[in-house]
Amino acid sequence: MHFTEIKTHLSKFRVGIAGAGGLGSNCAVALARSGVGTLVIVDYDVIEISNLNRQYYFTSQVGLMKTVALEENIKNINPEVHVISHKKKLDRFNIAEIFSGCDIIVEAFDSSEMKEMLIETVQIRMPGIPLIVGSGLAGWGKTIEITCRKIDDSLYVCGDESTEASDNMPPIAPRVGIVANMQANVVIEILFNIK
Amino acid sequence: MNNREEEFSCKSISVSEMLVLKKFSYKMRIIKVNGALISKEQYDSTIIHDGDDVQMLYLMSGG
Repeated sequence: MHFTEIKTHLSKFRVGIAGAGGLGSNCAVALARSGVGTLVIVDYDVIEISNLNRQYYFTSQVGLMKTVALEENIKNINPEVHVISHKKKLDRFNIAEIFSGCDIIVEAFDSSEMKEMLIETVQIRMPGIPLIVGSGLAGWGKTIEITCRKIDDSLYVCGDESTEASDNMPPIAPRVGIVANMQANVVIEILFNIK
Repeated sequence: MNNREEEFSCKSISVSEMLVLKKFSYKMRIIKVNGALISKEQYDSTIIHDGDDVQMLYLMSGG
């Protein structure tokens, strides 16, 4: 299949991205480059200099809302992508509404509590919508331990499922990028199974 | 569990009992039994039977 055909197919879909940090910004950029039609990006945070070790932002964007900066970066990469951004903190009550119409949702939060909240909410309130979770990506090395596991048609997990981020084990660009791009890769694979 | 066979001495056990028997103490996790998500409040009341498909996923912070 030629890339123009790939792009044409992917342009028909809408993907939700919960969080625009290390996982979310890198995954969104990969999906935008591939030609996914619409990205719904949700985050409430501003860019800090410490984010630049892994997140798809630039020094000139420090202090900007991540949603604003990511939309700008995506437009600079592929202006054909329709970006819908929400400056909001996702919770159990707004997730189904914000992501309504999305074909797939990517979990891209930092905290494990938020990951749990999103998974429970999407699985219960949005049955059948595939959710791609990132879990276990801090530190460096152990490349071979990063995998993708399909739990069922509605739940996938990318990461090593064992490395927890902490002050002494921060998430840094290579492993975060691997997991974020793995999530994007799963998204595209699922979208190609939808006719 | 997670597509591997696990043997227990009894025919059926609750999710809570399974977690104790398997010494799964890490709290941030998602459990699905036969495709249905089991919330923490349902751990005591959800019974796992012989042949059930139990999936568990650990949630690590970082992103």
